[in-house]
Amino acid sequence: MSYIIEGQKGTRHLLMGNEAIARGALEAGISVAAGYPGTPSSEIIENLAKVSKKEQIYVEWSVNEKVAMEVAAAASFAGLRSLCVMKQNGVNVASDFLLHLAGSGTRGGMVLVPCDDPGALSSINEGESRHFARLVEIPLLEPGDFQEAKDITKWAFELSEEIRSLVMVRSVTRLSHASGNVVFGGLPKKKARPYFKHDGFILDPMEGVVISAPVDYKHGQQHEKLQKAIALFEDSPFNTYSGPENPELLIITSSASHFYSKEAIQLIGGQDRIGLLKMGTTWPIPPNLMEEHLSRTEKILIVEEVIPFLEESVKILAAELAPKIGIKTFFGKRNGFIPMVGELNPDLVVAALSRILEIDYEAVPEDYSKRAEELTLVGAPNRELTFCPGCPHRASFWSIHNVLEMDNRKGFVCGDIGCYSMAVLPCGFGTLKTLHAMGSGTGVASGFGKLTQFGMDQAVLSVCGDSTFFHATMPALVNAVHHKSNITLVILDNSGTAMTGFQPHPGLPVDAGGNDVPIVDIPSVCRAIGAKVKISDPFDLQETQETLLELLQEEGVKVLVLKQICALSPEKKGKKKYKMSVDINVCLGENCGCNRLCTRIFKCPGLVWDKEKGAARIDEVICAGCGVCASICPSGAIEKKEAA
Amino acid sequence: MEKRILSSDPYNVIITGVGGQGNVMASRVLGNMLSLKGLYVTIGETFGASQRGGSVMSHLRISAVSSFSPQIPKGKAHMVVSLEPIEAIRVLKDYGNWKTKTVCNTRPIHPVGVISGELGYPSLEELKKWVKELTEAAWFVDATDTAMELGNPIFGNIMLIGALAGIDVLPLDRDDFETVISEIVPPDKLELNLYAYDMGRGITLAL
Repeated sequence: MSYIIEGQKGTRHLLMGNEAIARGALEAGISVAAGYPGTPSSEIIENLAKVSKKEQIYVEWSVNEKVAMEVAAAASFAGLRSLCVMKQNGVNVASDFLLHLAGSGTRGGMVLVPCDDPGALSSINEGESRHFARLVEIPLLEPGDFQEAKDITKWAFELSEEIRSLVMVRSVTRLSHASGNVVFGGLPKKKARPYFKHDGFILDPMEGVVISAPVDYKHGQQHEKLQKAIALFEDSPFNTYSGPENPELLIITSSASHFYSKEAIQLIGGQDRIGLLKMGTTWPIPPNLMEEHLSRTEKILIVEEVIPFLEESVKILAAELAPKIGIKTFFGKRNGFIPMVGELNPDLVVAALSRILEIDYEAVPEDYSKRAEELTLVGAPNRELTFCPGCPHRASFWSIHNVLEMDNRKGFVCGDIGCYSMAVLPCGFGTLKTLHAMGSGTGVASGFGKLTQFGMDQAVLSVCGDSTFFHATMPALVNAVHHKSNITLVILDNSGTAMTGFQPHPGLPVDAGGNDVPIVDIPSVCRAIGAKVKISDPFDLQETQETLLELLQEEGVKVLVLKQICALSPEKKGKKKYKMSVDINVCLGENCGCNRLCTRIFKCPGLVWDKEKGAARIDEVICAGCGVCASICPSGAIEKKEAA
Repeated sequence: MEKRILSSDPYNVIITGVGGQGNVMASRVLGNMLSLKGLYVTIGETFGASQRGGSVMSHLRISAVSSFSPQIPKGKAHMVVSLEPIEAIRVLKDYGNWKTKTVCNTRPIHPVGVISGELGYPSLEELKKWVKELTEAAWFVDATDTAMELGNPIFGNIMLIGALAGIDVLPLDRDDFETVISEIVPPDKLELNLYAYDMGRGITLAL
């Protein structure tokens, strides 16, 4: 699927927001793109990787977001255009380099695309990247629809070169993972040859040393760049106004909230009363433009998701402009008209509008919603998240959970981000007890493991995935070894960055562009760091549990690598190793002492409790044929046969 | 573009199901088919963590005039295409109204709570009765079982797209389906996909 490069200039295509961003970067003529996978950002790099050979660009899944930004920056320093992409958490990881890069400036156009996740649809936080733009003082652009996702990305490179600064183009889930129609521009032919000029006058931005010091000089330069950006923002076509000349209420919005605001005005029939100012350039806000629009009316509603970032920026300007425009009444997050938490939708904006303008709105007839709610209670049992059928994590956490019981010291597991985060839920037997950032499980465990000197005697475990191991676990493991902490790290190696769509990482023999690359072997790295290392197949429950129990009883830093490929991986998906069945004559059902271990505790979606027959049953459509459930049935009623 | 090809503008479709059933693919195929007709299509998806056995939804906004929000406002769905029966009810609760229509697969996928026996799963007769009560019209299709006979439950999606084409609420043409699906599936799978589409279409045409 390389349609993001097949379309001709002027043709219209249905593109996912992330594809539109990728196309925009291609239209800008990028040479390098780097990122670390994270929902909702991953498809940008994935799509660029697919066309990397044809378009002669270098695309990599870097080891983490900080390195991704450094890799992309190198291309900029050598005069090429480069893109770096990450989800909101990634900007935190990259932020140390980000601050220095903002200070040093860039050469070839360089754009950072963070994709935030308001409402945490695929995250365990709804962190904001917009504040980083203000914090490190670089321009911030926010596309308000799919066409702009492409066009703003492309323009961001021009802006970056105009002011020689990194530019942030911030997306959100409802743009990145939504699709809409986009008209293509052309793809450039020629690309520059990279050359890093470093022997000019030391303070020369294009030929000197690339550095954020001397700070007063470079920081001063940074502010001159921002002033240039503001001047360009004043006339930007990405800031648009629609509505009456002097509306009763002015909505100021950006990003996906633009969709919701536009729709809410229509739903409530407020086209003649409400004006809509959509901002594409959201930091720094251009003051003249703001003066023009704030002068239209007395009442202003600011519609945005999560932190009141735009609201605060507008209010600061409104205070400064007060002698000219007078005192305004603001509605937004700070006075409770727009929620502080979660993502928005058209109905939440309608709710704010109907409160401010006193317009009644009924989304759905009351008798309908009442009846639908009654029927949902009886007719739509809740669908809790669970590991996929055949997922190695279910087997791994089954073993970890059982071993902690056997060990009998009230031990616990510290974790981080990945599908295995779900081990806090019943599907992972509630095994995970702390859950924070990438690699944090092992860092936190390293600290717990030092508390023995105060009399703590619980077993301390941590888990991480194979990609997470490279991303941020390695320094924590070094720390634990060096400080003689007592921990057991279980690496859940499923041969890819599984949660985000199976992107490659340094432990695999192939890179983003499909090239052969050397493997960095996880067990060898752990041994070199100084840990005791064992490897097991998590589908072999007995061996895994024996090995883990043995490791738990030992002092020092131990690593157990549980290696089994993800059930959704392209290599494995749809291929059953075993054909599973339940021998109904052997399954004792409720009369067995197991208390329905298979369907009540293990709970693989491929196993169904057949109420009528009073026995377990395999659901052929769902079962992935991993064979693990055969090992947990105490009666031996679950049979596995090699699949044909 | 003539506006009258849509009974409402925007026409709002929700495709719902369980993570892993191919919701995203179905919405993409449908969206591209309508896009070929020159219509504006906006699709909003939930995927990521919600894919892991959770309920998933794609919102399609179809318009001759402009793009719309990737989230359909509450109570404003015209059509719910459900790859799993209880998901139809769940979606109707938030997005349905008395005029909503539904095309519904009859094959249940049990939530883990049902597997464990903590929750009950309604009988198909009850589900059909309730879905009919909450909609102006409902079509039930045994898509998954037929798809299994074709060799892969994923064809259930394609059958439902065919079934939607069979009830003639949207400008869905077989030629457009062929164009779109040819770009997605390998050439040797094309015939099977067309067969699944025709079967789905045949079912609702006959009802």
